[in-house]
Amino acid sequence: MKYTKEHEWLRVEGDLVVIGITEHAATQLGDVVFVELPEIETMVSTGDEIVVIESVKAASDILAPLDGEIVQVNAKLVDNPALVNEDPTGAGWFFKMAIDDLGALDDYMDEDEYADFIG
Amino acid sequence: MTDLLRLGLHDLHVSLGGKMVPFAGYEMPVQYPAGVMKEHLHTRAAAGLFDVSHMGQVILRPKTDMATLCAGFEAMMPVDVAGLAEGRQRYGLFTNEQGGILDDLMFANRGDHLFVVVNAACKAADIAHMQAHLAAVAEVLPVTDRALLALQGPQAEAALASLVPQVMAMRFMDVAVVDSVFGALWISRSGYTGEDGFEISVPDGGAHGLAEALLAMAEVAPIGLGARDSLRLEAGLCLYGHDIDEGTSPVEAGLTWAIQKTRRAGGARMGGFPGVARILRELADGPARRRVGLRPDGRAPMREGTALFSPDGAPAGTVTSGGFGPSVEAPIAMGYIDAKLADNGTALMGDVRGKHLPVTVCDLPFHPTSYKR
Repeated sequence: MKYTKEHEWLRVEGDLVVIGITEHAATQLGDVVFVELPEIETMVSTGDEIVVIESVKAASDILAPLDGEIVQVNAKLVDNPALVNEDPTGAGWFFKMAIDDLGALDDYMDEDEYADFIG
Repeated sequence: MTDLLRLGLHDLHVSLGGKMVPFAGYEMPVQYPAGVMKEHLHTRAAAGLFDVSHMGQVILRPKTDMATLCAGFEAMMPVDVAGLAEGRQRYGLFTNEQGGILDDLMFANRGDHLFVVVNAACKAADIAHMQAHLAAVAEVLPVTDRALLALQGPQAEAALASLVPQVMAMRFMDVAVVDSVFGALWISRSGYTGEDGFEISVPDGGAHGLAEALLAMAEVAPIGLGARDSLRLEAGLCLYGHDIDEGTSPVEAGLTWAIQKTRRAGGARMGGFPGVARILRELADGPARRRVGLRPDGRAPMREGTALFSPDGAPAGTVTSGGFGPSVEAPIAMGYIDAKLADNGTALMGDVRGKHLPVTVCDLPFHPTSYKR
């Protein structure tokens, strides 16, 4: 698993990358009440705002961590946004991307580095 | 950035895991480890303890007699002060000459003086405002050695009565002074959640003991500002600086219930308050815009500042408070709407991140209130 400074996790699954937010981020956000997912088959660039998450407190964005195509989204989050809090690294995943170069993941933190990052 | 003030119970909040954030010049607990959603639902199901010591507590002591003080206080707001019986509390609004709202407040008749509770962010201005307007009739005495706790929810009465049995006899908006092991408690049966409950002014020296005694009860949980906001929004209650401010009149805000007949046209003490021309005109003719409840049709919350449009795209108003209602289990909001579009059931559109999403005007409150009248 790899981690971004925006508190996303990235997990390689076959030739796809699964993306969600970390437990730390889910706790900081508080109870998630709304998730707006991207359209599938959308081409995105690193840094694009592609997901909106609203908690009881505020709205925040998830940025595309890589260049590539959105090939799958977790539609269960639309009806049950609480999955993000209940199981952020499992059932609470957001989307899957197809990317050209899996090597791009090397730029991101590993688990130990992320643990240091959040202190 | 000025230094933040700390509550007397700061260490207790930290030890309870409270996440402290700046609010109205204070470090305040926005939530505890349970989180906003659970804290909200706990308050509706059992009892929640809120530290609202940041609010301003002020005693108005008459220089001559209560009638003169009440007349002076009435000259500051469109509210019946003179008619408030001893041992009772009432909601009030300081208005400006343009009929806007300077602050909303609670005031109680405690026999030989009035006790006033004002919003934290306005308290310095309110105290100066009262000193300026009441100098001839009252001593304005800020109370700086007391905490203010709110205990809210269906089990608040049983919880507080186990320490202070006298509260069983109180009904909504009664006030009482009760001696206790925590010192003299100034209790009102009121709050700002829509639930039955109490606000308890307690001497600083007794505040920690009272809070600990209440929190030791299984039915009482500490509740932060986050849930306080969602609770008051579900109850349709205004947050000063958001839903009401110097530009909004009490009539636009739907607070006409706070303007008793005696202060209105034809009443025995009609007028004589700041902003009388606008307020009486709006009472007679209706305001140009009104505060209404709003239910987004979808799941996306419409937050404060969301622009609202009629179905044909014409500007209709703005959201002033919005979020998710944990008891309603849906997004809820309130805001000001052109009076022609403010009828219950009117379909509007809200601009959420550039998309126009459907939203429907609805009655307030979103969640029924359960005051013990």
